Amino acid sequence: MSKLLNVSPSPHVAGSYSVQKIMYGVVFALMPTLAASVYFFGFGAIIVTLVSVISCVLFEFLIQKYILKSEVKIYDGSAVLTGLILAFNLPSNLPVWIIILGAFFAIAVGKMSFGGLGQNVFNPAIAGRVFLLISFPVQMTSWPKPMGFATKYVDAITGATPLGKMKEGIMNSQSVSDIMMQLPSQIDNFLGYMGGSMGEVSAIALLLGFAYMLLRKIITWHIPVTIFATVFVFQGVLNIVDSATYAPPVFHLLTGGLMLGAIFMATDMVTSPMTHKGMVIYSIGIGVITVLIRNFGAYPEGISFAILIMNAIVPIINKYAKPKRFGEVINNG
Amino acid sequence: MGLRTFKKGGVHPDENKFSANAPIQSADIPKQVSIPLGQHIGAPANAIVQKGDTVKVGQLIAEPNGFVSANIHSSVSGTVNKIDTVIDASGFKRPAVIIDVEGDEWLENIDRSADIIADVKLSKEEIVEKIKSSGIVGLGGATFPSHIKLTPPPGKKAEVLLINGVECEPYLTADHRIMLEKGEETVIGVSILMKGAGVSKAYIGIENNKPDAIAHLKNICKKYKGIEVVPLKVQYPQGGEKQLIDAVIRREVPSGALPIEVGAVVQNVGTAFAVYEAVQKNKPLFERVVTVTGKKLEKPSNFLVRIGTSTQQLIDAAGGLPQDTGKVVSGGPMMGKALSMLDIPVTKGSSGVLIFSESESKRRKMEPCIRCGKCVGVCPMGLEPYLLANQTEQKMWEQLETDSVMDCIECGSCMYTCPADRPLLDFIRLGKGTVGKIMRSRN
Repeated sequence: MSKLLNVSPSPHVAGSYSVQKIMYGVVFALMPTLAASVYFFGFGAIIVTLVSVISCVLFEFLIQKYILKSEVKIYDGSAVLTGLILAFNLPSNLPVWIIILGAFFAIAVGKMSFGGLGQNVFNPAIAGRVFLLISFPVQMTSWPKPMGFATKYVDAITGATPLGKMKEGIMNSQSVSDIMMQLPSQIDNFLGYMGGSMGEVSAIALLLGFAYMLLRKIITWHIPVTIFATVFVFQGVLNIVDSATYAPPVFHLLTGGLMLGAIFMATDMVTSPMTHKGMVIYSIGIGVITVLIRNFGAYPEGISFAILIMNAIVPIINKYAKPKRFGEVINNG
Repeated sequence: MGLRTFKKGGVHPDENKFSANAPIQSADIPKQVSIPLGQHIGAPANAIVQKGDTVKVGQLIAEPNGFVSANIHSSVSGTVNKIDTVIDASGFKRPAVIIDVEGDEWLENIDRSADIIADVKLSKEEIVEKIKSSGIVGLGGATFPSHIKLTPPPGKKAEVLLINGVECEPYLTADHRIMLEKGEETVIGVSILMKGAGVSKAYIGIENNKPDAIAHLKNICKKYKGIEVVPLKVQYPQGGEKQLIDAVIRREVPSGALPIEVGAVVQNVGTAFAVYEAVQKNKPLFERVVTVTGKKLEKPSNFLVRIGTSTQQLIDAAGGLPQDTGKVVSGGPMMGKALSMLDIPVTKGSSGVLIFSESESKRRKMEPCIRCGKCVGVCPMGLEPYLLANQTEQKMWEQLETDSVMDCIECGSCMYTCPADRPLLDFIRLGKGTVGKIMRSRN
């Protein structure tokens, strides 16, 4: 015979998923959110996004090429995604040098120090965000008002987020219903007319991305829906017990980073559990910790911390939350 | 919606059933055949012919060697050239009887007419004996001797017969064509198997990508008592015994147990047809339907092939090997074996010959695991393929056993779906083999 045949064990065909397709699929799912950020925060949103994405990719390139001296894999889309999610967790007026520092922490410490893609324990974008929040509390909590292209990048008119106002009001012994009167309506919260990190404000844009990822089978419903349900139920119980001190659950679902966190950050494949059962346990944890921090902690918002804490527990969840084996329990009805 | 399928995992690869409309053609009888002695699960048979013996079509040439083993019959008439080793689909050298063909002279007691005989005269015991003596094994690919399935171990009782017509492997259409062209015979075969197993109910599971076969068999089954066609949603690996039982009668075969544990006996439609021919026509198993297909192949076909015919001859009959062929697979794309050379003979377990082009035959480059959990989601056995692969890599044999590596049916769904193209099943097979050895050495 003229030529040799390839021989390999089965299967001989492969599906259409690839790491790159998944990463860019998530990036695509974030496009409505990017559009909403630009719509609400104007040029600042574009500047912050570009700086964050470019610096994440650049740091990954430099580390792979000059420190690890390994193959450069910036085209797999994971650094682009980290940059995008980091940007969406920042106020749209954040100075460029602080963004670059955040991107450096996210990629160098959060991801590459663990060994790169697939090895990191913590979501790199959240690691970067929390690093900045602790290091630059003033800059990280001055939120420009959503005024579209009228929002300036430098010297923007800033204000507190609804969650921040809520926390402050409760501390000053105002009742929840009084505070709610001064806040944007729930419809505005749903659309995104409120102060906050540039990617977290528009619930509708985030939910569009969620629908797209479900449709493309990039993620399953388990993590986001369980987080929503947990927050709704836990906050709902608090609200029923004392409606003057604890805000209604819908308010908490639509404000702060809950949507962004539940849909795009908690679902990060590398740092979330492998089984559906594990995902549900992990998500209940995130929901509970978020509600605890928001209602009883010092910070008005807690989803980032909640996700980081649960990220740390994922290996244990993976160890104990095994799928039900076929034929494990004899069930012949 | 509403169609039944198995409850856990599964994938749906591109079906690519190019040969679905190609009627079964008889392949030419070759000048020489190599009939391997190990065509079934279990010990290879012992040859009872010698060099220089003349044989007829259907003549017994090898007898079982042990309990799990099967008779082998000559597929041609002629002279035994030698008994030697040949390389088979597994890539190993195995003993085989090589026969030079002269004419096509069948044993006289084989009924070669096309008449359909519906009346089953044989008793339960006679049926099982006939199936045994005819050398019938599972033609779906697993090649487990069929008569053993009909004789349950003491204390176990068969309640229901399941006939596997799902043909869940992409590309393959042999079973599909048998159901369409030999529907009546197949259904009679099913009723013979029911009698042999001592059950009064049989279900024929067919995936709904074969609506013509479903309609045809449904129509025929009206005439036969207790046989029901069950349309199933297309989902791989529905043809796995445990998956089929789960899909059709909602019973879960316990880990490590056989289908008889839940009262089920599973046989393939091709096997049912072979049983019909053996019992009603006195024709032992020496030929089978083989799908020869591929995206670039000129004439994707379904051939009725004498056992021992070389793969090369089938490919030539289907238009010849395309220029850029990179891989030739015996069986389906998900579980078939890649052939190292083309003169490997067709055996009882060969359901298809697939031709992949150079670009289709290369594995994609492996990326780091991104821990997406998709392998866990698609595993029909509820295992964690990523974990089993890692444990194998780190030689953690005890943990592998605890994590049920022996339950793996090697369907390949995990590796098919893995976005990082990790060789999960390669590792799991290695782990399974090692754990199996350790378990056997224990007792």
